[in-house]
Amino acid sequence: MDFIVNILALGIPFSVALLLASIGEMFNQRSGIFNLGCEGIMAMGAFIGLLVPYSVGKGGPTPEVFNFFGILAGAGVGALLGLFFGLVVITFKAKQGIAGIGMQMFCVGTAGTLFRHFVGGTQSVPGIDKLDIPFLADIPVLGPILFSHNILVYIAFLFVPLSVYILFKTPWGLRVRAVGTYPRAADSLGINVNRVRFQALAVGGALAGLAGAYLSLCQAKMYSDEMIAGRGFIAVALVYFGHWDPIKIMWGALLFSLAQSFQLAIQGQGINFPYEFAVMLPYVLVILTLAFSRDKKKQEPAALGVPFDREKRT
Amino acid sequence: MNKRFKLIYKTSIIFLAVIATLMIGSIILLTINADIFKTYAVILTEPLKNKIQFTEVIIRSVPLAIIALGITVAYRSGTINIGAEGQMAMGILTSTAAALAFHSVPRPLNIVIIVTAGAIGGGIWGFIPGILKAKLQVSELLSTVMLNYIAAQFYTFFLRGPLIDPAELTMGSGTPQSMRLEKTVWLNRLIKGTRLHSGIFLVFVLAIVVYLVIWKTSFGYKLRAAGASKKAARYGGINVTFFIAISMVITGAFSGIAGSVEILGVHHRAIEGVTSGYGFSGLVVALFGGLHPAGIIPASFLFGLLIVGADMTQRMVGVPANMVQVLQGTIILVIVAAQQVLNDKYLMDKVWKKFHKEEV
Repeated sequence: MDFIVNILALGIPFSVALLLASIGEMFNQRSGIFNLGCEGIMAMGAFIGLLVPYSVGKGGPTPEVFNFFGILAGAGVGALLGLFFGLVVITFKAKQGIAGIGMQMFCVGTAGTLFRHFVGGTQSVPGIDKLDIPFLADIPVLGPILFSHNILVYIAFLFVPLSVYILFKTPWGLRVRAVGTYPRAADSLGINVNRVRFQALAVGGALAGLAGAYLSLCQAKMYSDEMIAGRGFIAVALVYFGHWDPIKIMWGALLFSLAQSFQLAIQGQGINFPYEFAVMLPYVLVILTLAFSRDKKKQEPAALGVPFDREKRT
Repeated sequence: MNKRFKLIYKTSIIFLAVIATLMIGSIILLTINADIFKTYAVILTEPLKNKIQFTEVIIRSVPLAIIALGITVAYRSGTINIGAEGQMAMGILTSTAAALAFHSVPRPLNIVIIVTAGAIGGGIWGFIPGILKAKLQVSELLSTVMLNYIAAQFYTFFLRGPLIDPAELTMGSGTPQSMRLEKTVWLNRLIKGTRLHSGIFLVFVLAIVVYLVIWKTSFGYKLRAAGASKKAARYGGINVTFFIAISMVITGAFSGIAGSVEILGVHHRAIEGVTSGYGFSGLVVALFGGLHPAGIIPASFLFGLLIVGADMTQRMVGVPANMVQVLQGTIILVIVAAQQVLNDKYLMDKVWKKFHKEEV
């Protein structure tokens, strides 16, 4: 029983970075932009998120509030990078897949360069600790699983209903879906297609940056070049897996993070299973889910990956 | 619109692209308080100043060129292979295993066997995303990235387990590396005192093969047709599925060959970190070389220079070597943006009219 509680209690905070990044990516794709640079934006978010409290405290104690400034700064940088990606793929109409790879390399490289200059070697920061909700955290079983996490875990899960509301109940959500499905029709109704896409990229980038800052400030409490470890790409795959629907994406994120915590728990039990194969597990899972999630074509935003030019016939 | 205008238009866009790349790099350099001109000067000229550094540049450009040639094949068929890193790792594993398995085989045959083993290992790793894309419409961008991470784990697993040098276990520190390959399979060193090896000739052979197969045979024609327009190709009776799968196998095989050449020529054993970003750099080389063998060979030299140069900036001007990744990423972004602008005939027409209002 303790074993299962442990897996769940670990898996839920693990899922946060995936959840935030893939909800952000969902906004991008709903508006018709395939942003493979998510991984890189997360790396920049992770670095900036750590840099703020680090440069204030210089490794020593930092007032808690600077951690939250770090989180916000990570999201802000993410939004800016999202807009930069928009410049390349919306303004210049570059091919999105390959541009995303360029974006990823640019961001990971920049984060690494700046990290070596401003921080130097591996530095741990106090980060944001978990918060036991009074009384609720003491409930056996449910307490450690649901009520003993840091504040960002709860905020992240609030983003799920929030994004459902934004996407399906607000005018802006309708516009995002319209420009991702039939931009010409949206344009004829006076919607500025490219502006909505830029907005969606800023939102998606901010969420990816937030996910990165979560990783460096809440999960790892440090920064390293390999810390994102493909989570950005997994987040993109989760959007396919979740059929562009925030709730299904949330289940996907939980599934993957439970696989990860299961792997850690098995190692903790001392079961003799090669470590490398355990680390492989989530990546294999991604390929399998991509291969066997059927009728994905039907629900894909129709204009995904197609630049819009009102002066051209489509 | 006359020819002269077209030429001026295109060169000015390329010029602007170069400026944009340097500017974005400069912004990052400014942030870390580095001397911009000195940094660029060190990257681009310092490695050319002595013999050893110069040959190191060529050594780096050998795997880059081979991988880029393979990526070109995939790109021409409409798939983007970003899994060269993993395919190279798998190629290194299979060729090391082959090299350790065969002993009393004559040297030329043995080298052929080892390189073929590398090609098979990489080819299998390219086949997986190829068949997934062809049959199940799985995005090759995502599947190849995932396979990179999986291959990296396979690589360390084999170097720590089945392939580890027995001497490391009994008396060494347990460093994850394979046994040293026999001297008979090492590629010849071309210049004494440097690591420059005969693998460089293979680059030229493969470049010619790729050129002939892709541009001068019906196989290559069909492959390019499948990449240019899937619908039209299918209508013309071309088996698009087959060409997508086979092109991914070819890029995988090339990456695997790059891995075995690196092992036979430079390291002489499988160690950690052999692939060191060659997969992604190879993609940049392929794009920068205009997806053509004649462009890829000079491009691979330029990026070899960039990699060696970036190592030197760390020592000479204190700019981290990660800067090379920044520049590579920027180059991809600028190239794909500029390509679209260059191919936009409508935009060119607009610019033409702006300058020749009185004539129209």
